[in-house]
Amino acid sequence: MEQEYILITDFCTSHNIETHFVMELYEYGLVDVVVKEDTHYLPIQQLPKAEKILRLHSDLDINLEGIAVITRLLKRMEKMQNEITQLKNKLDLYK
Amino acid sequence: MKFIDYYKILGLDKSASQSEIKKAYRKLARKHHPDVNPNDKEAEKKFKEINEANEVLSDPEKRKKYDKYGKDWEHAEEFEKARASQQSAYGSGSQSYSQSYGEHDFSDFFESMFGGSGGFSGRGRARFRGQDLNAELKLHLRDVFTTHKQTLNVNGKNIRITVPAGIENGQTIKISGHGGPGHQGGPKGDLYITFGIINDTAFRRDGNNLYTTVNLDLYTALLGGEIMVNTFDGQVKLKVKPETQNGTKVKLKGKGFPVYKKQDVYGDLYITYNLVTPTNLTAKEKELFKELAKLRK
Repeated sequence: MEQEYILITDFCTSHNIETHFVMELYEYGLVDVVVKEDTHYLPIQQLPKAEKILRLHSDLDINLEGIAVITRLLKRMEKMQNEITQLKNKLDLYK
Repeated sequence: MKFIDYYKILGLDKSASQSEIKKAYRKLARKHHPDVNPNDKEAEKKFKEINEANEVLSDPEKRKKYDKYGKDWEHAEEFEKARASQQSAYGSGSQSYSQSYGEHDFSDFFESMFGGSGGFSGRGRARFRGQDLNAELKLHLRDVFTTHKQTLNVNGKNIRITVPAGIENGQTIKISGHGGPGHQGGPKGDLYITFGIINDTAFRRDGNNLYTTVNLDLYTALLGGEIMVNTFDGQVKLKVKPETQNGTKVKLKGKGFPVYKKQDVYGDLYITYNLVTPTNLTAKEKELFKELAKLRK
C-alpha cells in the first residue's frame, strides 16, 4: 500500500493546497483517487499528472475546465505525434 | 553581454501598469509554458525569457533598478552597493543570495544586474520546475521485440527504464521527474528519450507489420508443398499452394511485431515469394523441360 499510493493529505501538505482541490480534480475526471477504509489516496503513478495540473493551475491561472481541455488536447497531440513518426517511418521504406 | 529589453519581451511599453504586466505575462506564459509544449526547446527558451522579464518587471524594486540602469547595466553595481549600505544602516542586513537557483535559468544580463541567482523577493512565486532533458537511445530492432529493462546514463546518473516492446523508430517517451532539479522547491523536470531503431534484420517493419521475401523453388511453386519460413521469433512450417506465382504474398497472422503497450497483441507478417528457377541444367533436365514445353504449345 505504502509503495503504490500516497495519502491525499500528505500530497496536499507538500504542495500547500487544500484537500478539496484534489477531490475537485477527481470529480473533473482529471486524476484517480482510491478510497480505502475511509481514507483517500492518490495512486503514485498519478503524481506527475497531478503535479502538472497544479503547475498549470498556479503558474497560468487556468481553471479546471481549462485544464481538462488542455489535458485532452495534449493527449491528442501526443497520439498525432506518434502517428506522424509512424508515417515518416513508412515513407522511409519507399526511399 | 547583450542588453535585454524586458518590456519588449512582454510586448509592453515602459509605462505599463502592474496589472498590464501581469496580464501580458499570463498571456505569454500560457502560450509557451513547458507543460503545454512538451519536448519543445524553443518554447522552453521563450518561457524562461518571459519568466525573467516578469521576475524583474513585476517586482517594483527590480523594475526601478532596471528602468534606471537597464541599458547602462554596468553601473548597476554602484546602485547595488549604495542599496546595501543603506540597508545595513537600517540594521536589516542584506540577504545572502541563494545558490539553489540553476545558474543557467536566468540570462547573464539578469545575473549581472540582480546578483546571480538571488535577489528574489521571496513572494513564493519563483518555484519553477527543473529543466527537461532529452536523450537518444539507439536500439536494434530485435531489442524492441520484447519489453525489457535498460540502464541509461543521463548526465552522469544511471536511470533504469523499461523499454516497451513495439516502440517505433523516432518515438519519444517521457520519464517524469528524471529531468533537471527543480528550483526553489519546484518539481524536477522530465526526461524525454527518443528511440532510434536500427533494423539489421531481413524484415522490413511498417508499424506492427513485418515484411519479408522468401525464395521458393520451381518445383514447390508448381506442385505445392511445405517449406520452413523464418519469422521474427523462430521458424514456422508453411504450406505452399500448387501453381504459386512469383511475387505472391501470404499473410501470417499474429507473426508480426508486438503492438506498443498492448500485451500479447502482434501485427502480421507478410511474405512475398521469390520464385527461383533452376540453373546449370543437365542434359536430361533440358530434355524433360523441352517435353513439358511441347505439352504447353
